[in-house]
Amino acid sequence: MSSSRDAILRAIRKNRPAASPLPDPLRANEFDAREVQLRFASVIKQIGARLVDAERAGSVERAVQSCYPNAERIASAVPEQVAGNRELRSVTDPHELADVDLFVCEAELGVAENGAVWVSESRIVHRAAPIIAEHLAVVLDRSSIVPDMHRAYERLRVREDGYGVFIAGPSKTADIEQSLVIGAHGPRSLTIMLV
Amino acid sequence: MRLPVINHAREAARFGADADRAGWHDATLWSVRETRDRVSRAVPEWEALREAASRIKEHTLGRLDEYLVEFEANARANGAVVHWARDAAEHNGIVLEILRERGAHRMVKSKSMLTEECRLNPFLEENGIEVVDTDLGEWIVQLANEPPSHIVMPAIHVRRGEVGERFHRRIGTAAGMTDPQELAEAARQHLRARFLAADASLTGANFGLADTGGLVICTNEGNADLGVHLAPVHIASIGIEKIIPRAEDLGIFLRLLARSATGQLCTVYSSHFHRPRPGTQMHIILVDNGRTVQLGREDFRASLKCIRCGACMNTCPVYRRSGGHSYGSTVPGPIGSILAPGTDLERFAALPFASTLCGSCADVCPVKIDIHEQLYRWRQRAGEQGELPSSKRWGMRVAGSVLARPRLFRASGAMARWTLRLLPRRLVYNRHNVWGRSRDVPDPARQSFRTWYLRNRRA
Repeated sequence: MSSSRDAILRAIRKNRPAASPLPDPLRANEFDAREVQLRFASVIKQIGARLVDAERAGSVERAVQSCYPNAERIASAVPEQVAGNRELRSVTDPHELADVDLFVCEAELGVAENGAVWVSESRIVHRAAPIIAEHLAVVLDRSSIVPDMHRAYERLRVREDGYGVFIAGPSKTADIEQSLVIGAHGPRSLTIMLV
Repeated sequence: MRLPVINHAREAARFGADADRAGWHDATLWSVRETRDRVSRAVPEWEALREAASRIKEHTLGRLDEYLVEFEANARANGAVVHWARDAAEHNGIVLEILRERGAHRMVKSKSMLTEECRLNPFLEENGIEVVDTDLGEWIVQLANEPPSHIVMPAIHVRRGEVGERFHRRIGTAAGMTDPQELAEAARQHLRARFLAADASLTGANFGLADTGGLVICTNEGNADLGVHLAPVHIASIGIEKIIPRAEDLGIFLRLLARSATGQLCTVYSSHFHRPRPGTQMHIILVDNGRTVQLGREDFRASLKCIRCGACMNTCPVYRRSGGHSYGSTVPGPIGSILAPGTDLERFAALPFASTLCGSCADVCPVKIDIHEQLYRWRQRAGEQGELPSSKRWGMRVAGSVLARPRLFRASGAMARWTLRLLPRRLVYNRHNVWGRSRDVPDPARQSFRTWYLRNRRA
């Protein structure tokens, strides 16, 4: 309603404090890629996720098979790396993905300070896929790991994707007596497969 | 109908009567504070982050109208519909209208303290909409028709046995369940069915990005994403003070938020919503509901910097021992005690007094709100406007007269020391001795400092 809009904006203009400047951005130092990758690996463990070196496993497909031997319904957004048996492109309604055991996709970057990976709409075919699946496996190029969130936002253009998300571990909750439970509404596990 | 005046002390006593629960509540929240300390100390630039966050928020408040207009333009360009609501009633009406227009009756909700503030759930239920809170803590309190007691850990006041009882009564799980793992699994299965059946989803938002028109929602459970990605309409309610200038500012805020709130490095999901999913609708409701009035209060406007992390609650010795419900406000604890009086000073006059003014809250606040100073200023306002709690009123008057008369002050001091030395214990700890209920009264000195000084130093 334009009248509510006008009323609110008018009230703000009347009541707002004097202008103050935006602070200068925090300075970002150079970083050592190897050190950052080691830090990422150690944080991943802390947050209850698993890290697998896909090169050492031979291939991403082999890594997935060894981590999720019992997964029956596998949807893959990276079909050239993991075949999967659920054709994502033919899914029209995200509800159809409710029975997916494992969803495999690619992340754009990783953040060492908190173990988060950025997963964007353009790489997952369906927005619901990474959250509705029972388990989630994410392929990550190790050279795309940055030290912290400042650096992550320097690289990302968040508006370019209709939806994007930093994912830092399997879903969890501690809402019952602060007792940590892994697997709340989202996936019960997260495996990062480094390439 | 005027809502009743909150008597925090009485409600706190009620909470404290269950010593087991109160003790657990106190210890658990303190350990969250300790976790927060550990992870914040591991960030060498922590204080620089706080300072930057504080300045960004201050800057934004100084140009809030411009940023809101910029946000609206970008959000609309992204394909979202943007609404403005002056108050809670208007907000609730807009939500209902959107649902009616879409023929939606089953809505899933992820956590939004703003919608608690607006009393959205009962309003929608009265109008035939089924609302399910999907944040596990929010759902646990919804099952018992009670409000959340903490803005981040809504069910922190509920023990595991009670959760089991609620589930048994409301969703038919086995009686006597107490294992959090099993209870959470039962919740997962039950709520999953609701996610899949929902025809609308409503979320709050942690941040609105002016330069991109996007919203950022932080959860550990993934309930915001699951709700939104399965429903044909997404309604996002956001307080006008949640806007930040640029997406890149999230580098600062997302580093501070979870560390301050729970001691996590970040929440599991930090979801960025820009455009509606093709074939669906995205509605954003910008809500004032008293925020522009607070903006005009020079002494209290800094409270609008709040990013709702709850760190002040976790550290507050009063909150930890009295529980969130004793405040009677949507947002409890230290931040609640400087926000609520702004909406109704008569009702919430006791809240600024529910404090020792220790300043721990201001110490942990990631955006450097001067909470303890605002608590003190609200006390002065309460006094000026005759809203002092009755227990304070005559005590302040008596203390004022005694302190203003040096001879009377000296005589009272001497009488007090003499009395404490000579009276039997049971007379000292009588029912008027509120201080003495759970504390020892200090040992009386043999003489006043003034007497000692006159005898030993005056030469």
